[in-house]
Amino acid sequence: MGTRNYKRKTSHSEHGPGDGGRTGSWRVERPVFDRSLCIPCKRNKESCFICWLFCPEIVISRTIPPTVNLEYCKGCGICAEECPTKAITMVDEAQFSEEDKD
Amino acid sequence: MHIIENGNVAAALGVKLCRANVIAAYPITPQTPLTERLSEYVEAGEMKAEYIPVESEHSALAVCIAASSAGTRVSTATSANGLLYMHEQVQWAAGARLPIVMCVVNRAVGAPWNIWNDQQDSISQRDTGWIQMYCADHQQIIDTVIKAYWLAEKVSIPIMVCYDGYILSHTYMPFDVPDQEQVDAFLPPFRPDYALNPEDPANLNTVTLPDVRMDVHGELAHGYMEIRYLLQEEMRTTLAVAAEAEKRFTEIFGRGGDPYIEPYRCDDAEYVAVGLGSLTYQLRVCVDALRKEGINVGVMGVRFYRPFPDEAIANALKGKKGVIVFEKALSYGYEGALASDLKSALYEHLAYTGALPVVQNFIVGIGGRDIRTEELTQNLKAATQHRVSKEPAWIGLKL
Repeated sequence: MGTRNYKRKTSHSEHGPGDGGRTGSWRVERPVFDRSLCIPCKRNKESCFICWLFCPEIVISRTIPPTVNLEYCKGCGICAEECPTKAITMVDEAQFSEEDKD
Repeated sequence: MHIIENGNVAAALGVKLCRANVIAAYPITPQTPLTERLSEYVEAGEMKAEYIPVESEHSALAVCIAASSAGTRVSTATSANGLLYMHEQVQWAAGARLPIVMCVVNRAVGAPWNIWNDQQDSISQRDTGWIQMYCADHQQIIDTVIKAYWLAEKVSIPIMVCYDGYILSHTYMPFDVPDQEQVDAFLPPFRPDYALNPEDPANLNTVTLPDVRMDVHGELAHGYMEIRYLLQEEMRTTLAVAAEAEKRFTEIFGRGGDPYIEPYRCDDAEYVAVGLGSLTYQLRVCVDALRKEGINVGVMGVRFYRPFPDEAIANALKGKKGVIVFEKALSYGYEGALASDLKSALYEHLAYTGALPVVQNFIVGIGGRDIRTEELTQNLKAATQHRVSKEPAWIGLKL
C-alpha cells in the first residue's frame, strides 16, 4: 500500500502526536530518573516538575514518578540539565536491550 | 476593446481582469511599470486587492506563498536579479503546489550589472518546478496571464509568464483587452483544495521525512519523495491540461492556437529556426527574406518551456533537415538550454526513424546586445548551408 490516494499533494500535518513520524528514533541518549533524588518522588506530592516544564517535546508527564514518552523523546537532555537535584541522567541507548528500545 | 499600450500594461490589465486579491512585488527594472500600474489600480479602487509593499523580492514571493496558502489569488512580478533573489522561495512555491502567477520581465543577470534584455533570468529557474510560458507580443502577454491563472489553479503548480524586457515591456503595440464578463466566464473564482483556517490549524511543508509516515488520522502520508514525484507527474500531465485551457480560451475569446508551439511557414520548410519570445517574431522577417531567395525555412516559437512539450516539438520537426536554435541564454559550460532540451526531444521521439534533423545553436542578444535582423538572416542562411560552428555561435560578438 502506497500513498497514491492520500488526500493531499503536499506535506500537511495537523495537531496531534506523531504527525512528524516517530521522532524518538533519532535519540542517542535517554533520560533515566533516580527516584531517590527526584523531588516529587521523595515528597510523594505534586512539586518541582521542572523537567515537565522545560521539556520542549512535551513528552515528560506531570506525574509521580514523572514518565517519559520514548516514542517522541529525542534525548536532547534539557530535563537532565535543568533538574535541580540531578535526578535525571542521560544514558547511552546502547546500554538498553532491543526490547527496552521499544 | 483594442488599445495601444506597452507590454507591462498588458500584463497589469491581465492581472486586474483575473481579479487577483493579493499583490506583493518589489520594483526592479524593467518590471517596475507593471507593479506601479497594479498599485495604481488598487489605490484607485479599480481592483479589490491588498497591495502589500515589501522590502525585497524574497519577501514578495513569501507574501504570495502565505496569501496563496490562505486561499487567495495572488500576483507578483520581477526581473533578473530580483528573480534570483527569490530563488529559494521560487522552489518553495512549487513544492507547496501553490497556483501563483508571476510575470518575469526578462532581463540579463549580473555580474556585470546590466538592465537590458536577455532570458538568462527565467532560464536559470528552469528546474524549480514552475511552469514557464513565453510571450512574443502584447496580445500574448495579456492572454497568457489569463490562461496562466486558470491553468495554475487547475494543476496547483505556479507559473512564470515570461516576456522580453523593453522589447515587449516598454514598447507600445495595439492589442485587445477582453471584457471582464469574458474573463469571469473563463476564470471562475479561486477555490483551493485546502486553505489555511484558524479553526482547523495545520502545519504546511514542515520537516518531511525521507520515508512515508502515518498522519494523525492513521492514514499513510507522503514522504518527501512522493511529494516531489507528484510534482513531476503532474507537470507532465499539465501539457494536456494546457491544451484544454487553450481550447476553452479560444471558445470564449475567439483567438488562440497551438498551446505549445507557434510555427510560421514550417509546413514545407527544410530548416526551422526555433526560439523563445519576441525573437521568434523577428525571425519571421528573416524567414520571409530567405524564402525570397528560395531557401525553405520556417520559424517555430516555443510558448511552453516547462513542462517541455517534447512530443509536439519533435512531431513538428519530423522530417526537417535542420533545426537552428536561437537563444538569449545559455547553460554556461555547454550550450543553450533550449538547444539541449530540443535535441533530447528529437532523440527521444525521432531516433527510431533513423532520421534526426541536424541541430545548430546560436546565442544572441546577451545583455541587450542589438540583434540586427540582417545579421540574424545571414546566420540563419549560413546554418542552412553548412555547420557554422561546433560550439554555440555567438552572433554579434565583437571579440
